[in-house]
Order: sequence, then C-alpha cells, then structure tokens
Amino acid sequence: MPKAVAITGNEAVAEAMRQLNPDVVAAYPITPQTEIVQIFSTFVADGLVHTEFVPVESEHSALSAVVGASAAGARAMTATSSQGLALMWEVLNIASGMRLPIVMPVVNRALSAPINIHCDHSDTMGARDSGWVQIYSENVQEAYDNVIQAVRIAEHPDVRLPVMVMMDGFIISHGMETVTLLEDDVVKRFVGEYRPEHSLLDVDHPVTFGALDFADWYFEHKRQESDAEAGVSQVVISVAEDFARISGRRYGLFEEYMLDDAEIAVVALNSTAGTVKEVVDALRSDGVKAGLLKLRLFRPFPHRDVLSALRHVKAIAVLDRADTYSTMGGPLFIDIRNVMYDMPGPRIVNYIYGLGGRDIDLDEINKVFEDLKDIATTGKVGAPVTYLGVRE
Amino acid sequence: MQGVLEIRWHGRGGQGAKTAAILLGEALAAAGKHIQAFPEYGPERMGAPVLAFNRVSDKPIRLHCHVERPKIVVILDPTLVGKVDVTGGVPGDGVYVINTNLAPAEIRRKLNIKGGSIFTVDATQIALDTIGRDIPNTPMMGALLRAAGLLPLDDFISDIRHKLEKKFKTKPEIIEGNIKAIQRAYQEVRSE
Repeated sequence: MPKAVAITGNEAVAEAMRQLNPDVVAAYPITPQTEIVQIFSTFVADGLVHTEFVPVESEHSALSAVVGASAAGARAMTATSSQGLALMWEVLNIASGMRLPIVMPVVNRALSAPINIHCDHSDTMGARDSGWVQIYSENVQEAYDNVIQAVRIAEHPDVRLPVMVMMDGFIISHGMETVTLLEDDVVKRFVGEYRPEHSLLDVDHPVTFGALDFADWYFEHKRQESDAEAGVSQVVISVAEDFARISGRRYGLFEEYMLDDAEIAVVALNSTAGTVKEVVDALRSDGVKAGLLKLRLFRPFPHRDVLSALRHVKAIAVLDRADTYSTMGGPLFIDIRNVMYDMPGPRIVNYIYGLGGRDIDLDEINKVFEDLKDIATTGKVGAPVTYLGVRE
Repeated sequence: MQGVLEIRWHGRGGQGAKTAAILLGEALAAAGKHIQAFPEYGPERMGAPVLAFNRVSDKPIRLHCHVERPKIVVILDPTLVGKVDVTGGVPGDGVYVINTNLAPAEIRRKLNIKGGSIFTVDATQIALDTIGRDIPNTPMMGALLRAAGLLPLDDFISDIRHKLEKKFKTKPEIIEGNIKAIQRAYQEVRSE
C-alpha cells in the first residue's frame, strides 16, 4: 500500500531516482548543488540500484557524460541547480539537438552575482530556449510525480527530447512535506524498460551521433526538433492520464484553480502557486471572482490551451520569479502576453518577485489581486511591469 | 490558512531547532497529518539565533510563504528571551513553550505578554541529566506535546524511538537518554 511520509523535495526526487534505477547517473558537487545526487549516491553505495555512478570534475562534464551514456542507449540522469546549470549551458543544446531523452531534476536557485543560494527561477529561465522540455512543480509531491512522468515523456517516440523537472530551492528542496510515494514495482512497470530506436552500442545498426551538419542539412534537423516540441503537449497529457491510473493524482499542461468563471486571475509557477490558492479561496469567500493558472509545462509553451483557459478573464497578473533585463518584464509575462496578443479582452500585467529567495506573502499576493480588481473595473493599466516586495 | 497550525522554533545554531521541527513533522505525518517542516536558512553558525518552523493541518498544505503569525512558539534557549523578538506576529491566544528555570509568570512579566498561555520547563537541566549534554531539543518536544496536545505522548515516543534506533544502533544510552528527556519534560513542564 502506498503510504504517506514526511520528506523533503530533495529526498523525494532522490527516492524517485532510486525507483527509476537509471543505468547511468553522472554528477559533480558544485556549490550550490543539491542533496539529490548526494542522497542518490548513498543508494548506489548501498547497492539499492544498479546505476553506474560517474563522479566527474564539473557540471559541464556531468551533462557531457550523461549525453554520452544516453547516446550509447542508457537511461541516464543527473540533477543540478543554479551555477551548475549555468556551467552545463554548452551541453544543454547538444542534448536536445541529439534528441537524447535525458531527465534532469533542477532545484531553482538564483544566479551569481551577487552570491546567493536561495530560490528564484533565473537558472532555468536562462535555459528556456535550449530545446529542453521544462516542467515545474508546486510542492514535494509534484516534484516526485513529475520526475517519474518525465522519463515517459522524454523517451516517447514522438518526443525524444531531454526534460528538466523543476522545484523551488529551499522552499521545496529543503522543505519537508507529507507526500505519498508509489511502490517500487509500480514505478518500474510505469516507466518500463528503455529501448532506444538508435544507439551507439547497437553495433548491428551503426549510427553517428553529433555529426557535422553545415548549411546543407542543419536547418532541416532544427526544424524537426521544433516539430517534435509541437507534439510534446499531447504526450504530456497521455502520460499524465496513465499516471493518474497508478497514483490517483491528476496532472495536465497546467492547473486551473477557480479559473472557469474568474474575472481576475494570476499566472504563476512552482511553490508560489500554492500560496496564491489560499488568497484565491479568501477572495472567493468574499464573492470576488479570482482564479489561478499554474503552469506545469513551460517549454514547449502550451499556447493554444493557455489561450482558451484565459480568454474570458478581464485582468491577468503574471508572476515572474526571474527577470529578462529586457525592461519589458519577466519571461513568463512575455510568453503570456504573446499568447493573448490577438485577444481584445484581457489586460495583462507583470509582477517580478522573490529574486534571491525574497519571501512573497499572502498580503503581497492580495495586493496583486487588488490591483487586478482596479484594472478589471477601469480597463486601464498603469505600469505594465511592477517589482513586488522590493525596497525602492 | 484556515485549519493550518503554525509553530515557530527559536534556538541557537547547534541546539537542534531544525531537527526538532523535522522530528515533530515526521511524527505528525505518521499520525496522518499533513505537515511542513523547514528551517530559516541563513549563515549557519554555532550559537547564533536560528529559526525553524512547522505547519500542521488535516488537509494538504498549500502555503509556501514564511510563517509570520505562529500560534505556538517554542524557545530552546533561555538566553534568547529578551534578546530576539519571540513574540512577533503571535496572536493573542498564542502558546509559548520556553526552556528556562523561571516560572511562567516571571516570563510573562519579562516579555510583557498579555494573553495566551505560557509553559516553562528547565530543559537544559533535563538534557544534562538524561543525555549528558545541553541538547534541549528532545525535552522541549515533550514539553510542547504537553502544552499543545498535538499527539499522544506514547505515539510520539514510539515514533522517536524507532528513528533513534536507526540512527544510534550502537549507542543505546543515547536512545534511552532522549526518551527519558522527553518523558521528564512532559511531566515537569509548568503552566500558570
């Protein structure tokens, strides 16, 4: 029987990795790394997994080793965070360009400088255009569930792309919550055995990975990659349906919370979405038609579904825990406004919040909804981009 | 927020405030509660004032902001009283559980607390007697259970015993010392 346990996000993801029992995990303890691979390495040492654990000399090498293993036909994983992900940058596009179904949990943390180890989304937003599928998680349960589903999504023949699974640094990675874990054999059956269509070790069918590809074919291959991205949503949904059957927990491309009849709504990622739900409940009990769209799949962006979920809302606030420094708002805002551009109705504003682990509390989220009430009533937007909870 | 009980632990680096929050969280989760347990992460130095938090509810907990209005405050170190803001955000019916050899009425005067309830216990002495070191976190959990009634003492002790047995296989005296500390603090905690 599945049972509820109290564990941290790092422990839950390491537990998912133990159950997934990947063929290869490569990792380097950069600061800030995560406890994920540290905990996982104890599973390797204790013989609980048959994984080949490769301790490498940098995060760049960690992902490079995983790329090699994946090309060889292995189910390969690593985990990273912040500066570690930044150092992997060069290899990110190699993994997606080679269409390797690598799964990588990422703990969202700020980037230097100034030096900071706390939560924001600057790290993975910097990797948003790297061709990786990006899935965000609200809490420990979702981080665990998403890592398991990510394997099926990545390896699906219509996808064959690497997947990052995100959770908020400290708030979720080091925060202990009550979660329900699946049985080992249930997870094992759910992901099945990985049988790559092409692999380097399949010597009867020799192939080349990472070949030279100039102006003659490079463009076509990149176009195919974009085509694959277009099919990701459908696979995410079908994997979520299968997952609901084994877990009873339902997932989609995003979660709509009180959104059906909402007149004002917030769009958010990760742990803040949970806090927003509390504010939505309070506003609803006062008769305010408030709602939330919590995005789960951020890359590729499920634009058609997001459009149809938000088109009736009068005023939308997009919460971004990262800045683009374009002076036009955060990354999520730019995408949402792009999606809604052809809709005459909704007014859209942006709040950049929580950089470097700055807390966002109920009062601040309430203030966002108060602003939305004004915008919905007057139809007028003051500043499109506001920095929330900062000293100015 | 409704139906979510929030607890703030005040301690000094090395006294086990984070461990106490985690052990309490695990015990309550084992009893079927939804919990959160997390420390405030800052520069971690031995002896510096630190905070840790719990949230407890019958329903899944969605809040992911700081704990700002805790109903229960547990103070692991007597020297924090009057030094750090232990009453900040606590509602009028708040519960304070404090490691000190002072009586609750004296603490009330010292901290100028108007309402709520105050419990005190000399957890430092209990820890020295039972564990042999000034690690007040386990006795303070015993005092907290008596003050707030979150869980039956026997359930908590069996959960803690199970965990300590895993961690201190070769040191049974540590296990027994901690269990005794919890029981003694549960008995000795003073209310007004």
